Amino acid sequence: MTYLSRLLVACCLVLGLSVVAPIADAQINPTQQSVSEDALFEALGTGGTVAGRTTIPDPAAGALIKPENRSWAVLQGSTLYTLSIVAVVGMIVLLTLFYVIRGKIRIDSGFAGRTIQRFNWVERFAHWTLASTFIILALTGLNLIIGRGVIMPIIGENAFGTLSAWGKIAHNYLAWPFMAALVMIFLLWVIHNVPNKLDLEWIKQGGGLLKKGVHPPARKFNAGQKVIFWAVVLGGAGLSYTGVMLLFPAWAGTPADWQFYQTIHALIAAALSAIVIAHIYIGSVGMEGAFDAMGSGEVDENWAKEHHALWVEEVKTSQARNSAQVQTPAE
Amino acid sequence: MARMKFLCDADRCIECQACVTACKNEHEVPWGINRRRVVTINDGLPGERSVSMACMHCTDAPCAAVCPVSCFYTTDDGVVLHNKDTCIGCGYCSYACPFGAPQYPQTANFGTRGKMDKCTYCSGGPEPDMSHAEYVKYGANRLAEGKLPLCAEMCSTKALLAGDGDIIADIYRERVVTRGYGSGAWGWRTAYGDTVTV
Repeated sequence: MTYLSRLLVACCLVLGLSVVAPIADAQINPTQQSVSEDALFEALGTGGTVAGRTTIPDPAAGALIKPENRSWAVLQGSTLYTLSIVAVVGMIVLLTLFYVIRGKIRIDSGFAGRTIQRFNWVERFAHWTLASTFIILALTGLNLIIGRGVIMPIIGENAFGTLSAWGKIAHNYLAWPFMAALVMIFLLWVIHNVPNKLDLEWIKQGGGLLKKGVHPPARKFNAGQKVIFWAVVLGGAGLSYTGVMLLFPAWAGTPADWQFYQTIHALIAAALSAIVIAHIYIGSVGMEGAFDAMGSGEVDENWAKEHHALWVEEVKTSQARNSAQVQTPAE
Repeated sequence: MARMKFLCDADRCIECQACVTACKNEHEVPWGINRRRVVTINDGLPGERSVSMACMHCTDAPCAAVCPVSCFYTTDDGVVLHNKDTCIGCGYCSYACPFGAPQYPQTANFGTRGKMDKCTYCSGGPEPDMSHAEYVKYGANRLAEGKLPLCAEMCSTKALLAGDGDIIADIYRERVVTRGYGSGAWGWRTAYGDTVTV
């Protein structure tokens, strides 16, 4: 190529550029039309997650910003913390007041000395499996929420970390015997816990809790015990379901679902803990003769007559019928 | 004291993953743990943008709010760190984090979570600075050496900025003014309650 032709080409190029350039200038800069964080959040609305593609083989890693997680953090970190303390401490204060005012509920007619079987070994086994696992589950669960404010300042961060790590393992594994015992309890006692008219009368008389010498009639379980039964069965079922979802997050679905289950789990746990504390109170220091029902399974006859008059009659008649059958010789 | 922050200028990020690789290499991060990742928004569409994301070292860190064993602490530089000796691997922080920062090694069957691992802003953990114990648990402590996080230091387009929040915000603001556009300081509103306004 000659020098001249090169010059000509160069001139043409310059000329061409000067024609094209103003047009390009008038066009919109494509880099300006990018997604912007503010616009994205506006489009997503509240609860939105900014998400995209990532090279990590885990689709969840594509979620870039989830502002709503902060709401759960506040709920978990302060609301549930306060609620749990209020539920447990509140119930203990109430029971202490009750004990101071009402005192221990005694057997009005004193011990008879004769006993009557209230719970057989299967019932007691189911009850104590449920009770022991519940207490450990409640304590380790409560520890996860309020331990850092209550126990950590006392034993220090290291010891508290070790304790909580063991607590987590206990919580995860003892959940299974708890669920098994819950099913047993339900099958064994549901027949005795169907609400009926007697319960209304029992509630009307305050269960005889408030006044000395008042003993509304009851079958195997009175209305108060039925409340405990259904609270434990329904609450336990709720705890079991949400608990399994927490254990296996993949089943729970999205992280938001997991947060929901965690909140429900903590709320039921706080309520049920308070109820069970009351149950433990009345079954131990609160009432004379009550512990034997679950201890040896044999209760004093006078205690049974005062608290479960109709049940005693049922037992006596069935016993009489049985012995009558035995005494009748087979012909 | 400086208030350390990250800012990813998404208009500069070319999704080269160098920050991810640098982080993994600098801290010998185990397989499957991703302290930093690059997420591409509107992938393949006009105006797609990539954002490099790791722990944003939030103000009022939500992970610290939910941790049952209070293993998180904030350094004088505003960096959110945690104590792996105390951590019980419950996973709460990963549900509280808006940025998906907490990572867990699988240590036993049923996918049991091990001790949480996350971006340390290249500043280690509670162990003595630059000690072997610190390196094994948390990786290098570049801050103690007077250096900034490696991900930002080696970003080829200088999209990822690390340093004092006010200074990197100023740099970003200047860029936006000069070039005339900016897709925003991703995550700042969620992490610090306030974004960079130009």
